[in-house]
Amino acid sequence: MKSQSGTDHDFDVTLQLAIERLHARYAQALDTDQLEKWPDFFTEKGRYRITTAENEARGLPLPVLYAEGRAMLTDRVASLRHANIYEPQRYRHMVSAVLIERETEGTVKSIANFLVVRIMENGETMLFASGRYVDRIVLPEMRYEERVVICDSRRFDTLLAIPL
Amino acid sequence: MLSRSWPAEGATRVPYWVYQDEEVYREEQRRIFQGPAWNYLCLEAELAEPGSFMTTFVGDMPVVVTRDPQGVLHAFENRCAHRGALICIQARGRAERFNCIYHNWTYDHAGNLTSVAFRKGIAGKGGMPADAHPESQAPKQFRVASLHGLVFGTLSQSAPALDDYIGPEILPRLKRVMIKPVKVLGTYTQVLPNNWKLYMDNVKDTYHASLLHLFFTRFRINRLTQKGGVFVSADGAHHCTYTEIVEDRGDAYEKGGMRAANEFALQNPEILEQVDELGDNVSIQILSLFPGFVLHQIRNSLAARQVVPKGIDRTELHWTLFGFADDDQAMARRRLLQANLVGPAGYISMEDGAATGFVQRGVAASPDRASVIEMGGATIGSGDSRVTETAVRGLWKAWRSYMQL
Repeated sequence: MKSQSGTDHDFDVTLQLAIERLHARYAQALDTDQLEKWPDFFTEKGRYRITTAENEARGLPLPVLYAEGRAMLTDRVASLRHANIYEPQRYRHMVSAVLIERETEGTVKSIANFLVVRIMENGETMLFASGRYVDRIVLPEMRYEERVVICDSRRFDTLLAIPL
Repeated sequence: MLSRSWPAEGATRVPYWVYQDEEVYREEQRRIFQGPAWNYLCLEAELAEPGSFMTTFVGDMPVVVTRDPQGVLHAFENRCAHRGALICIQARGRAERFNCIYHNWTYDHAGNLTSVAFRKGIAGKGGMPADAHPESQAPKQFRVASLHGLVFGTLSQSAPALDDYIGPEILPRLKRVMIKPVKVLGTYTQVLPNNWKLYMDNVKDTYHASLLHLFFTRFRINRLTQKGGVFVSADGAHHCTYTEIVEDRGDAYEKGGMRAANEFALQNPEILEQVDELGDNVSIQILSLFPGFVLHQIRNSLAARQVVPKGIDRTELHWTLFGFADDDQAMARRRLLQANLVGPAGYISMEDGAATGFVQRGVAASPDRASVIEMGGATIGSGDSRVTETAVRGLWKAWRSYMQL
């Protein structure tokens, strides 16, 4: 992105840090099992979609998980808590290489890399997912209007319960 | 020859060594996947263009599926006649011919060896003797058949025609879904930590649905009054189960005092809104064909699932979700929302990978103990109850027949 060229004097350090903080808080919420906080990272009509780089490259719309609006995100959490059955597990998110671009007065685009390590109760640890977050963030409320999680691999081990 | 023997109880027992034995796994490759079974290869829609190809697997065997320039479908083993290297290393694309990268031996869309690089040498030196016959090691070619947009292949000349293989119980249930040209929406792979048969066993197990997958019951979408049934082919190999759409969207359960109102309710139930596009009032239909194919209609979510064994305790499940080519915008969006129901993150499918993995781990030290599969007795056949394991017994009847066990 233009504003990241290093020669661009418009680079907004404060905004960069604010976006990185948002990504960090999001990762912390998921990694510490505070799933109930997850919908609140999104705007009322915020969209969340997990897909694969392969489907994106082929122009195919299929999501692995897709929610339109906080209500659907809340339903996902309710289902994980009360309906879906899966082995106890935790994630550790690593988010890095955050590039931001001011889109309009009230919106910022962000692209960031992620790694998610999955830790099972018996200690078994694996690299569960890697990819990119492609986000549109609304200012000043600092919420995701859209978060697209593009996984590098088309493979998912066993199941994907906790969101990425 | 396999040294194993089946438990005396017969159809109601499945010994755990079937999921663990390396020799059984190797024999399955020969007797089932490379034997007289029809294996799912792809959707015709994935090979729409003349000259197009994609790579897949039949059991352990890497396979190239193609549509030749004249439009005819072919499938052949992805193994060069020369040194055995993969001939095609791309997932999909279009090609005029297939060149093995190792020594540039060339194949046509049917898998025929058409050229050996420097076969006659250069300037009279080198090359192969005139009587050399590298074609003797040519990649195997499949009999390919396409049925309602689904492409299957078998290496057996003695396998019955595909229609007859599927049989009259299941064929109409396949046709009811594949009513018009389809459009691929996307694909992904779910890696399951278990033997491939545990997944097929799970798919055919109508008994587990409302017990393992609590999404529908917890959010009061399932009703005990739902009508449905199960079909099993005469040889037990294939099955289809369905449930009808429930008209009653009221709160009869609450009025009857059977459930507390609003204990659990979806804030946005839009993801469940079904249009009865097939016009027969069916909410869910799960259909399986031996050895490793599943076709599902879950409301307006449609998908082909291909089961690919990767060793005794690992299975890849390739999901291809599709819609119809003439879907309008509302249906296109509905299918994407309902994609939430299925796949590795599916509200009503994510548990399957976990449960079958629990069996693989649970039976680790007990190869000679056996599953108890006695719901609905010992019979194998169609019926109107889903509290039965009839289709599971069918799978094992078919498997034993192929394996001569």
